[in-house]
Amino acid sequence: MASSLIIGQYVPEESVVHKLDPRTKIVMIFAFVIFVFFANNGWSYLWLTAFSIGAALSTKIKLRYIARGLKPVWFLIVFTFLLHLFVTREGDVLFDIIGFPIYTGALIQGVQISMRFFLLILVTSMLTLTTTPIEITDAIETLLHPLKKVKFPVHELALMMSISLRFIPTLMQETEKISKAQASRGVDFRTGPLKERIQAVVPLLVPLFVSAFKRAEELAMAMEARGYKGGEGRSKLRELEVRARDYLAVVVFILMIVGLFLLRDM
Amino acid sequence: MDISFTDVSHIYQQNSPFEYHALKDLSFSIPSGKFVAIVGHTGSGKSTLIQHLNGLLRPTKGTIEIGDYRLIAGEKPKEIKGLRKKVGVVFQYPEHQLFEETIAKDIAFGPKNFGATDEEIAERIPEVMRAVNLSETLLERSPFDLSGGQMRRVAIAGVLAMNPEVLVLDEPTAGLDPKGQQEIMDMFYQLHHDKGLTTILVTHSMEDALKYAEHVIILEGGRKHLEGDVGEVFTQKQTLKEVQLDVPEVIQFLMDLDERMGIRIPYEKQTIDVLSNQIKQHLKARR
Ligand SMILES: Nc1ncnc2c1ncn2[C@@H]1O[C@H](COP(=O)(O)OP(=O)(O)OP(=O)(O)O)[C@@H](O)[C@H]1O
Ligand SMILES: [Mg+2]
Repeated sequence: MASSLIIGQYVPEESVVHKLDPRTKIVMIFAFVIFVFFANNGWSYLWLTAFSIGAALSTKIKLRYIARGLKPVWFLIVFTFLLHLFVTREGDVLFDIIGFPIYTGALIQGVQISMRFFLLILVTSMLTLTTTPIEITDAIETLLHPLKKVKFPVHELALMMSISLRFIPTLMQETEKISKAQASRGVDFRTGPLKERIQAVVPLLVPLFVSAFKRAEELAMAMEARGYKGGEGRSKLRELEVRARDYLAVVVFILMIVGLFLLRDM
Repeated sequence: MDISFTDVSHIYQQNSPFEYHALKDLSFSIPSGKFVAIVGHTGSGKSTLIQHLNGLLRPTKGTIEIGDYRLIAGEKPKEIKGLRKKVGVVFQYPEHQLFEETIAKDIAFGPKNFGATDEEIAERIPEVMRAVNLSETLLERSPFDLSGGQMRRVAIAGVLAMNPEVLVLDEPTAGLDPKGQQEIMDMFYQLHHDKGLTTILVTHSMEDALKYAEHVIILEGGRKHLEGDVGEVFTQKQTLKEVQLDVPEVIQFLMDLDERMGIRIPYEKQTIDVLSNQIKQHLKARR
């Protein structure tokens, strides 16, 4: 069964966000992650939330789908909120819940932390929702290019990333296939005592490892047969290109940050 | 065990952008003891269909009955393990399911899970090894030291050792050499008769469907395109053509014989020898 968690999944659509240069997206999201920590009052959080939801809308992916895909994360967000609510002891006592005093400071901090958490997850999941793994690796390779000067293996890193990303869906399919085959032979992965359930993993893991190693060997052989010899002098099929819409997106983003700083002082 | 599907639909990843309607309002029934072929193009939903037969997938809509077991859309099935014990499934490329240190242990894995005693297992192992035509001297070897074809046989032996009443085969011979394909199919055919199994064979090969099955279901885009006894289905050239399937060679030959020479011989699973004799008789009678 494919899980409902959407983090890391790509959803093809014809939207501006999909068409943006992946580097633009990575840089903006990275900046957003930093600027989230600058929000300090209700208005600034509202502003960031409005911006992220606007961005999510412009991807043309159904909001309902995104919200449902973040379900497992909702639990974490609520959990963080409750944790802060009960543990923090700052400000005045607001009211009591079955003997636990709730402080104003706790309420504020709980809301802030869980809002940050929510925004970070929403925005970062938008990167993978709208960008193919290949684009992401290409972007990381070009963004990290300057590090080559200090002998950092940028190309190798990018290659490793794209190979692993490429094989994640394959591995998931394989896992599903093998677990179905073993379930048909009477393995029960879902119920029974813990010890038995742990043992049930062996018939799943062994075939997975066997096929992963076989695949790695075949891939290495295929690469060699096609003359792969590292990143030196290698040209690209898809050149990344910064276009007008990227500049526009950056301008909108900067305006949003300016707005954030104006709201901070309110 | 009798099998029946009533208005069964299956949707993968429902309510997501990847939602896929793999089976659409499928209804058919298979009486106990029949050999049925399921034929269709790649992606037509064959593997999806057979995964319903032992409860790996559950219908999104409709009802499935397999013997006393019922799978109803929206209801959690009871006693799924009992169903899986009775329905043995040989998946596409079953050699990927091997994992034990020795072949003997791997074959014993299924029966053990379903509660067979050590004596029963010890009895069944030589039996199934013989059925798949592997030497018992291999039993203590690792399954990973075998050739692809031998691994396939071990995996099949592992399913047979469960002593299923219904045998489901998803392209069991894909990727084997022609001789191996024939051997394995003949073995399944033999078992089907000897043990009175209900056999469901998924195949791309019209020839295999014609040769081994009594009943055929043709799937196209998740729907039932055609269903009936082999002779009936495989003579409907026009309807088969709609889904880019060819009439099996023998049937095509008999059709051509009728058309060009006016010799009408009904197809009754004759061997080539019998058929050539029949043709000879016809030609003699004509002179
Ligand atoms: N886990 C899944 N999630 C989503 N879609 C799936 C899944 N498994 C199969 N499908 C889709 O359902 C359709 C039917 O798949 P199925 O495997 O039943 O086809 P098939 O008839 O067995 O094909 P083949 O002859 O290639 O084995 C395909 O289009 C496939 O993309
Ligand atoms: Mg299939």
